[in-house]
Amino acid sequence: MPQLFSPGANTLFRTVLIGTPFLLIGTVFALYRIAYSPYATQVGVPVDQPVPFSHQHHVAGLGIDCRYCHTSVETSAFAGMPATATCMTCHSQIWTQAPILASVRESLSLNQPIRWTRVHQLADYVYFDHSIHVRKGIGCVSCHGQIDQMPITWKANTLQMGWCLECHKHPDRALRPPSEVFNLNWKPAGDQTLQGRTLAKQAGIKSIQEITDCTTCHR
Amino acid sequence: MKRIGSGCVLLLAIVLGSGCREEMRNDSRLKPLQEDAFFADRNSSRPLVPNTVPRGHANNDDFFYQGEINGKLVRGFPSPVTRQELERGRDRFNIYCSVCHGPTGEGDGMIVQRGFPQPPSLHDQRLRDAPEGHLFHVITRGYGVMYPYADRVTPQDRWAIIAYIRVLQLARNSTINDVPPDQKARLTGP
Repeated sequence: MPQLFSPGANTLFRTVLIGTPFLLIGTVFALYRIAYSPYATQVGVPVDQPVPFSHQHHVAGLGIDCRYCHTSVETSAFAGMPATATCMTCHSQIWTQAPILASVRESLSLNQPIRWTRVHQLADYVYFDHSIHVRKGIGCVSCHGQIDQMPITWKANTLQMGWCLECHKHPDRALRPPSEVFNLNWKPAGDQTLQGRTLAKQAGIKSIQEITDCTTCHR
Repeated sequence: MKRIGSGCVLLLAIVLGSGCREEMRNDSRLKPLQEDAFFADRNSSRPLVPNTVPRGHANNDDFFYQGEINGKLVRGFPSPVTRQELERGRDRFNIYCSVCHGPTGEGDGMIVQRGFPQPPSLHDQRLRDAPEGHLFHVITRGYGVMYPYADRVTPQDRWAIIAYIRVLQLARNSTINDVPPDQKARLTGP
């Protein structure tokens, strides 16, 4: 009977035996890394917009409050996108000939809204409400990052479920006094966790069990 | 054997692949201001049908909603001004007005410093004497190069802002003798 296996078969067998688990683990690891990479989460990736609007210039440079443009953030689920008239409140007088604002002027004259590209896109099965977060003392920065340092807006956090839950499990780590919610540069004076517990009580935050319930966000 | 094996792989691929559909992620629910082909202007956020009055929005209180009664600008406020309302007014003034009018109403806000035409100081005698209804009109309808703020500031908040403007005007022309004795220490400092 002729030899079934060549002399190299042993080596091949060992390689496959040892290599297969590595390959499997490696694949899982790679998929995991891809799922959490900016490629999948879009974190830190500037989004192209019809007008290169800079929060850095308007917020850090000029000191305009978030609510000047995002007017419904305290009262509704949607923070609100400014109408073209809001842009033109200033830009009817300043930078009136600037080429980068051409589409804003066109939007006003044609009475056609500007088509902004959404930066924070939650899945449709997620219920999210800005007003409750703002009212209970979650600062803009907690989710949107240092938006006052962004020349073009990008996502600062994944907005994945695990990330949401991290805060819903430990609200005391993020809570701030109601007066500092829109202050993008606020830092806790003392121990945040200790202070956070007091703030949670003052704001009447429900129990961790209640705010981590499925139906809190999936209704 | 081989056939069963490849069958299993195919089945697995179908099962896994079917899990990748995004129907629930993007269902028929529309987000605010989302574009949608259903309407001619592709805007899913619909304007109100003309002449509809949303429940609770029968704006029949002319003092509160118009700042004028029978074409005459009102003086005073629709309801007594509380400390809470003044604080609300300060808050709103700093968000919407101070960008041009400046934090004290001087007309030296950041946008003015960057080239916006300077508004008159809120401490001008003309504006100190102006009826509250005039200020309400200006916020609601705009004035000169100032755009209307009716879509950004609710009537309730407009009255709060006007009350705060009155505070600024009062403070500008006050002397130390106008400060209640028990508050004086806070001004002179330790």
